[in-house]
Amino acid sequence: MSEAITPDVTVDARGAACPGPLMDLIGKIKTADPGTVVELKTTDSSSSTDVPEWIEKAGHDLLEIVEHDEEDYWSIYVEKTE
Amino acid sequence: MTRIAIVGGGTGGTVLANRLADRLGPELKRGDVEVTLVNDGPDQVYKPTFLYVPFGEATPEEARHPIVDLVDRKVDLRVDRVTAVDTDAKELTLRADGPLAYDYLVLATGARLVPDEVPGLAEGGHHFYDAAGAERLRDALAEFEEGHLVLSVIGVPHMCPAAPLEFVFMADQWLRELGRREDVDITYTYPIQRIHGLAPVAEWAQPLFDERGIEAETFFNAEEVDPDEQVVHTMEGTEMDYDLLVGIPPHAGSPLVSEAGLGDDGWVAVDNRTLEAEHADDVYAIGDIADVPTSKAGSVAHYEAGAVADRLASQVRGQVPTASYDGKTICFIESGTDEGTFIEFSYDRDPAPKPPSQLVHWGKLAYNESYWLTARGLL
Repeated sequence: MSEAITPDVTVDARGAACPGPLMDLIGKIKTADPGTVVELKTTDSSSSTDVPEWIEKAGHDLLEIVEHDEEDYWSIYVEKTE
Repeated sequence: MTRIAIVGGGTGGTVLANRLADRLGPELKRGDVEVTLVNDGPDQVYKPTFLYVPFGEATPEEARHPIVDLVDRKVDLRVDRVTAVDTDAKELTLRADGPLAYDYLVLATGARLVPDEVPGLAEGGHHFYDAAGAERLRDALAEFEEGHLVLSVIGVPHMCPAAPLEFVFMADQWLRELGRREDVDITYTYPIQRIHGLAPVAEWAQPLFDERGIEAETFFNAEEVDPDEQVVHTMEGTEMDYDLLVGIPPHAGSPLVSEAGLGDDGWVAVDNRTLEAEHADDVYAIGDIADVPTSKAGSVAHYEAGAVADRLASQVRGQVPTASYDGKTICFIESGTDEGTFIEFSYDRDPAPKPPSQLVHWGKLAYNESYWLTARGLL
């Protein structure tokens, strides 16, 4: 469950138009230290496929994707690797 | 008396100052309100002009204008640098003039370029995001007759998200006009899985890339540049050789913001619609420094300034402020040296780029010429 994950930083990209949630996440990961857990909050349904695809390419760890039904957004938890 | 301080005399700061002078004219004349605009130099710099400099179509001098000619005389303009922001004491520290107390503060300090965050980029790469960079790129392009021209979008976030696309479209046509295009390969790289953050813009631009032989590499995030070997290395573990690299540099907010506890990485954390700072009372942020989920672009600063001016005018009069910013963004996009399109979108509305036309290209040039009317609050 999401309660088990406490992010070090949160990127709130809900409603993000340009350049979008994945760009916001990449910007944060670039400047974070290895081991940092980042929570990406997104209302963009394509994030659930785009973000894991990039995380795999860049070699970071996808910890969990949590759907918040009532508030209509997703939390994607990522840990930056070395 | 109510004291409003604005830090930063770019598009956002000057539009806001002039809008306040308009909305609060009687109060300013009576001395009930004071609006102070602080900028660390006498000139405003209109950065969209720099896109044209590498192709010899504009000079950096055209991008500068004295702020004193742009702002209403009822605004107290101070050419000074803010060295500290204390949101508890509601006081700024100015380098020359010392303390400046405020009742309401608006931060509009813009974004800074920090190419040194990517090792080798400053030595190995060019850009067109400031006057010196654009002139250096102009000189390099003038002598570039053959090889691999790589435009890499490195900074995330970066100012004017359409400009990298515009640059490759303009470079393609410019090289054709000079008869050099057959000897130059052009590659554009982008951090995510398509060639622009906005899906409709990516879908609009991709066929133009295909038509014009512009290569695209996606999921490409430069981590290091080797200027000796002329290679870009990425976070994804790939690499790319270049002969001329145009790298959109990493951007940063202001150390003032971090030191004042107003947001991470120097960007002010704000409510996306009211633009009120989340970590301090009576503080707003507009323009590039405000951390909102849309483009870092002049049109955003302009519309945000209008919303904040209306909110401040209500607050000064003891009314509940209701004006808000809906994410409205307008961007002209050049798709060559003689055609362009434009997009308009907001938090709740996606853009829909139209087919490029010469009329829109001339519209963009006309807007750039008349931009100083926008800064004055007239357009």
